Amino acid sequence: MQTNAVDHHAHDEHHHDIGETKLLGFWIYLMSDCILFATLFATYAVLFTNTAGGPSGKDIFELPFVFTETMMLLFSSITFGFGMIAMKRKDVAGLKRWMYVTFLLGFGFVAMEVYEFHHLIEEGFGPDRSAFLSSFFTLVATHGLHVTAGLIWMVVCMVQLNTKGLNETMETRFQCLSLFWHFLDIVWICVFTIVYLLGVL
Amino acid sequence: MANQPHQTGYGDYIKGFIASLILTIIPFYFAATKSLPTTTTVIILVACAVVQLVVHLVYFLHLDRSEKGMWNSMSFAFTAVIVLILIAGSVWIMVNLHDNMLL
Repeated sequence: MQTNAVDHHAHDEHHHDIGETKLLGFWIYLMSDCILFATLFATYAVLFTNTAGGPSGKDIFELPFVFTETMMLLFSSITFGFGMIAMKRKDVAGLKRWMYVTFLLGFGFVAMEVYEFHHLIEEGFGPDRSAFLSSFFTLVATHGLHVTAGLIWMVVCMVQLNTKGLNETMETRFQCLSLFWHFLDIVWICVFTIVYLLGVL
Repeated sequence: MANQPHQTGYGDYIKGFIASLILTIIPFYFAATKSLPTTTTVIILVACAVVQLVVHLVYFLHLDRSEKGMWNSMSFAFTAVIVLILIAGSVWIMVNLHDNMLL
């Protein structure tokens, strides 16, 4: 019995270590993603004055709209956080509930962004209009694509949670997704400050 | 980092959330009303963004100087340096180019 318990404990520890290593690896990926976004921010910083006679940020950005988007992402960050707390307490129902809320908020964010892009392109202010708009669309859409990827990942995790239940592997997956989601909110802080708020001044 | 199983309280998240909320409303308010001189507004906007970045890193990503979080913090510090060189360097070079080419 004693040996068995020790063995079992060692097994758990081993699993735990694998999870930690995966999380560190995922963190390193996020850091490389940081550099990807940095290059896009640098491109935007260099090009944003080149409007080629087209609109500047002042003409096309609507702050109340961006504020709503920002609030959706911020709220989704805290609901994801609550989901993680529920997970650590092995409260699967709570985890699911918070993940649904997070998904809806993330989906709302992407829907608003798609609407904004569609609206701009309809007005003739698409990425082909000027260097400013090209860099704007590239930067903001790259973030939007990341959020979309996060949403797809969320659906996959929820399906796996329903079929496999909450085991060690699933916990690590949710933790990676949590890092990814919080990271995207951090990138959005830079986007709304540098692109939208400094853009309308 | 999220790999500290002992931190299971709502407190940290709520603290971070309220701080983020305030640090989001302030810059939006000043950018929308334009009630201050532009330079002052820019300083406020950038300061709020930097503080909110730190708030997110500490309260949501749980980045700290504990032994477990060391690798995460170190790789983050390294990335921050690269990001700084990348952005400041690009802007520096391109602004010089712009001035010298009389574009």
